[in-house]
Amino acid sequence: MSSTRRRRILFVTTDQQRYDGLGFNGGRIARTPVIDALAAEGIRYERALPSNVVCMPSRSTMLTGQHVSTHGVWMNGVPLPVDAPSIAADLHRHGMRTALIGKAHFEPFLDPFALFTENTLASSGEETRYHVSADGTSQPHRGFDHLEFSTHTGTGPLHYPKWLRENHPEAVSMLYPILDNQLQVNAEGGGDTGAPQVKHNPMPREWYHTDWVANRTIDWLSSQSDDDDWFCWMSFPDPHHAWDPPMSELHRVNWRDLDLPPGYIADAAERERILSEKPAHWMRWYDGTFISNFEAPAKWVPATLTADQVREINAMVHIQNELIDEALGRVVATPKTRGWWDDVDVVFTTDHGEFQGDFGLLFKGPYHVDSLMRLPLVWRPAPNRTTVTPTSVSTPVGLVSLAATFAHIAGLPQPDYVEASRLPTNDTEAAALGHERVLTEWDSVLFGKIVSLRTITRGTWVCTATLPGTVHDGTEGELYNLVDDPLQHRNLWNDPAHRATRDDLLDDMWRHFPVTSTERRACDAPV
Amino acid sequence: MGSVRRSAILNAPADEVWGVIGRPEALHEWFPTTATRMEGTTRWVTLPTGIVFEEDVILVDNDLRRLQYRIVNNPLITQHLGMYDVIALSPTSCIVIYSTDMVPDVLALTVGAAAGEGLRHLEERFGRAHIGGEQP
Repeated sequence: MSSTRRRRILFVTTDQQRYDGLGFNGGRIARTPVIDALAAEGIRYERALPSNVVCMPSRSTMLTGQHVSTHGVWMNGVPLPVDAPSIAADLHRHGMRTALIGKAHFEPFLDPFALFTENTLASSGEETRYHVSADGTSQPHRGFDHLEFSTHTGTGPLHYPKWLRENHPEAVSMLYPILDNQLQVNAEGGGDTGAPQVKHNPMPREWYHTDWVANRTIDWLSSQSDDDDWFCWMSFPDPHHAWDPPMSELHRVNWRDLDLPPGYIADAAERERILSEKPAHWMRWYDGTFISNFEAPAKWVPATLTADQVREINAMVHIQNELIDEALGRVVATPKTRGWWDDVDVVFTTDHGEFQGDFGLLFKGPYHVDSLMRLPLVWRPAPNRTTVTPTSVSTPVGLVSLAATFAHIAGLPQPDYVEASRLPTNDTEAAALGHERVLTEWDSVLFGKIVSLRTITRGTWVCTATLPGTVHDGTEGELYNLVDDPLQHRNLWNDPAHRATRDDLLDDMWRHFPVTSTERRACDAPV
Repeated sequence: MGSVRRSAILNAPADEVWGVIGRPEALHEWFPTTATRMEGTTRWVTLPTGIVFEEDVILVDNDLRRLQYRIVNNPLITQHLGMYDVIALSPTSCIVIYSTDMVPDVLALTVGAAAGEGLRHLEERFGRAHIGGEQP
């Protein structure tokens, strides 16, 4: 171990992962001992929330420490400006090596005109690309001096599909085609139950993107010297759909053995009654009469979802989660072997959740409930940097706090551009740091179909206001008590007994949402 | 049908801007494409990814300052109409409006993104005009 304290951060993200899927949060199916051990050594956040429940806005919040209204990535397909604030850039400027390996998604994937850097680095062979930043200095792309990209597919311009094409061309078509021949999210069913986005994938595990991301991360970590400070963002594309883990791994969880998840309402009449008490966009997506965004297959109607399909999809996700945990175990072996482990802060989280059958729904969208909003989040501080009593934090915290947390770990002052203080190490500190509320927003426009939501989570309450749009007049909303109603089945928005609570939450929310002064940026792609 | 619209207000006379946009054979000079070839009213446009669009240039109206084109003979794109209008706002400024309607719907967004990039190039070339008392 070196005598000088090193600044090393391993930031691990997954994509579209539920809170309850992991062992340390009570999950009983997927075996996740590596992540569970990190949670046991560090801080487990019981209510971590995103600023938005889809990838690009949420990831932009992680990088910038800003709410969606401020960084302006209001929907998937809206690129984060190249000169947007980046905590990675700050860390890089202060001498840390910086890498992002796996899924970035600050820029659209569908890019036939090759407009975006993320889509051109693999073909150009550049390790990163330098841009002139707002202060006139030259900075690597998003602040990372090493970039290698992957997503869930074997096609396209990113590094993983390029590697797959060059080394295992026969495997490219083994992965599920996420988009159909109209470039819409594919509704084609597969597996044993015909569930959408499920496929029995004959690809050997070693070629799957989870292991590729881990392998590339191990290579990068191994290339660092004992004297290097670094920030490494390892970003797994799973367990986001498509649900196509290698077939060799299906033995891990037999979907026929699974109970239905607590959030799945088996009785259709009861399910539809609950949905009908929520704002109109819920029921109208469920019955296929209102498709408001690109986040789910437009040709798939949620009301057709069967219980067995829910079981099979959940089994696939559990398997994907196990593969992630095992991959993470291989990655952390590198700093352990090099004697760095006690110098490494590890932060583990995801960008947003997934219905996985809750309310009879799949995928994600303008639905601010725990399925999509309650996220796994663990911070294992480096033992050589600080002494923290392992604990859990019940105060709601947001991913908007990550950027300030990374600055704190690196010994930097909180950047001026962030909009939330760092993560607390316990509930007492949460109050001291001003963690009172988390704000989440949704805006989508699909060729004239408009949905906008604004949400506050505070204490044991979550309150969502709709804004005027295609199916809302701006008076609808949702109010849930997260303790009394953990599945969010009872919408108290119109309950006179809770009117004062609702109004207080709304007043608090509107007073704290950032005021957007810039024009809404154009959406450049569906995803 | 996917439908998008992009626009830019430029600090140049409409005829000067039309002198660029109204030459369909010179698309690559300002639009994010790498090559343009024309034979009669048929245009082949090469994208940076190597994709080639075959297009029919339907209208080049020097009076309206309007250009219309369609992507044709494309196995994926089954319907398309793209249109540029250059409209004078003053003797020294104009607005360029690009619109496209397309099936598959989602591709309209990516074509709109390319048009947005092209319009940014025109803004750099001609400068942005500010109207309605807005400050630069």
